[in-house]
Amino acid sequence: MIKFLFKGLMRDKSRSLLPMLVVSLGVMMTVLLQSILGGFLNETIESTANFTTGHLKVMTREYSKNSAQIPNDLALVGVDTLKKSLQKQFSNISWTERIQFGGLLDVPDSLGRTRAQGNVSGMGISLLKNDQEINRIDLKTRLVKGEFPTKAGEILISDDLFHKMNLKLGDKVTLISSGMYDDMAMYNFRISGTLHFGINVLDRGMVIADIEDIRAALNMDNSAGEILGFFTGEMYNNKLAKAAAQSFNAQYASSKDKFAPVMLPLSDMNDMGFLVAYSESIQTFIVVIFIIAMGIVLWNAGLIGGLRRYGEFGLRLAIGENKNEIYRSLIAESFLVGTVGSVIGVIAGLLISWYFQAVGINYGDAMKDATFLMPSVMRAHISLTTYYIGFVPGIISTVVGSMLAGIGIYKRQTANLFKELES
Amino acid sequence: MKRNIFLLMTCLASTLFAQTPSGKTIMDKVDDNMSAKTRIMTASMEIGSERTKRTMVSKSYGEGDHKSYTEYLAPAREKGTKMLKLENQLWIYSPSTDRTIQISGHMLRQSVMGSDMSYEDMMNDKPLLEQYKAEVTGTETVDGRNCWVVTLTAIIPDINYFSRKMWVDTERYVPLKEELYAKSGKLLKRITFSNIQKVAGRWYPMAFVYKDMLKDGSGTKMTIQEIKLEASISSNIFNLGNLK
Repeated sequence: MIKFLFKGLMRDKSRSLLPMLVVSLGVMMTVLLQSILGGFLNETIESTANFTTGHLKVMTREYSKNSAQIPNDLALVGVDTLKKSLQKQFSNISWTERIQFGGLLDVPDSLGRTRAQGNVSGMGISLLKNDQEINRIDLKTRLVKGEFPTKAGEILISDDLFHKMNLKLGDKVTLISSGMYDDMAMYNFRISGTLHFGINVLDRGMVIADIEDIRAALNMDNSAGEILGFFTGEMYNNKLAKAAAQSFNAQYASSKDKFAPVMLPLSDMNDMGFLVAYSESIQTFIVVIFIIAMGIVLWNAGLIGGLRRYGEFGLRLAIGENKNEIYRSLIAESFLVGTVGSVIGVIAGLLISWYFQAVGINYGDAMKDATFLMPSVMRAHISLTTYYIGFVPGIISTVVGSMLAGIGIYKRQTANLFKELES
Repeated sequence: MKRNIFLLMTCLASTLFAQTPSGKTIMDKVDDNMSAKTRIMTASMEIGSERTKRTMVSKSYGEGDHKSYTEYLAPAREKGTKMLKLENQLWIYSPSTDRTIQISGHMLRQSVMGSDMSYEDMMNDKPLLEQYKAEVTGTETVDGRNCWVVTLTAIIPDINYFSRKMWVDTERYVPLKEELYAKSGKLLKRITFSNIQKVAGRWYPMAFVYKDMLKDGSGTKMTIQEIKLEASISSNIFNLGNLK
């Protein structure tokens, strides 16, 4: 039966070519849209995670309430022990501590008096132990001059601030900030390199130093504002993150200590909930839009094809085929068209997606005045879903289109069909 | 009989009214006790936050209200930190960085060594009567001592605390309590003075607790271990070069 229908489709190209082209195009668009939009959303979520929130973040309860103010006086203490226990409890998550801070960068003249001062926002990360954090924040591509700190007392500074303060690599600068006990903290650094983020707020005055230096500077021995967790080798998974946070927080549910640790998933931080929800529902959204749009197009294509084939239907009815059989064969034909069209569309969509995944679209220039963190290169992301997402709407829309168009068969009287055949 | 009672009441009221000095008189007498031409003082500062208690020891030198020099002696992390205030300028020297930084702008709002006192509080050296109008608004008892309640209302713009309430011992003319308010009426800081002793012929509080009401914790307790008033101080002390 399938072979028979397939032969018919191949021989009468006017019956199959247009719907197949429409399906292929639609499926290709679906695959492309899913991979590009999914890739863009994932990249945005991952850059925010890597730079600010982690997939999960552990803070003290009080710190989490006021985290926008970076209240290091409310930071976690005994971080070594806490980190060990987190690693033991969540072995699929890699944990790293960070300290965010704000302050002034003071540049001395030859007599040690203030020559220039600038406001800075900074981050203490693990820089000297290994390259994990450097890679995570993608600092290698952001390094403009110099090198990463190789020993204690070295700092990376935003390239814009570096030029504004008329500095040279190796210059001594003093960080003036608030210590963990709310005291004024002063600490000397040498500039080892400069960074360009392409994000206005960061380029205005970002500094990055090794976390141990920041601990020494802010009197935060074995303390940290935040411990960030990242799923090992995986992208953010909201379900897993929420489950981990729930199980961790349950351990401290009975504690009234406002400095007790609390774990938050990425979706509960920095207004990321909407983006995560959007990312999760985007595939359904694309499929629904595709089914509706393609359904309407194919319904019309089916109607046109059906009208053209009224003579054929009349003949088939005359030789004894009943309406149900004709209707079923019409749907079976459309299923075949949908399948072949979807295969072609998926292959074409995957090829283009693969190109955008490998090369990406650089829109960094358009984002140079951005006030929030976004990747400068938009890349498609081919996931398992990309392989099958086109098939479902591709076949369903073709079949639905034919089903709607084929209803006409039942509405026509056999006598009329004969008349049409005679004419 | 009624006329006699009325006369007696009038006499009593006028006697009481006559006994209440004006706000200015009280503040002048407080100034006589609290201000000295020079002072050398060793004090400990206990800072009680919610998580920890830290104690610092400092030695300070002051000349009038416009010059002061403080060197921190303990603990190890703060040892050698020095502060110099000359008129309306303030410098801080940090031995770990070997840098002298002038504190200005928003840095003045930061807390002094993590205490409840800000650099701005430290810098406010103008006599109170040049900044506030003083009025006696009542009498109250503080720690069993009768006090005049003096309400000070700002007469100049751009002032840190729009009004103050001071409880002044009616006999010794030393403040026993002070509250500092914002223009909205919100209580911002409370200072309670204790261990009033006679130093060089004047009453002086040897301990006080400075509490920032917007911060958690028990406040900052200053205890004067040694004080010398009207002692001679070398002019080299109040010199920027003395910081390093």
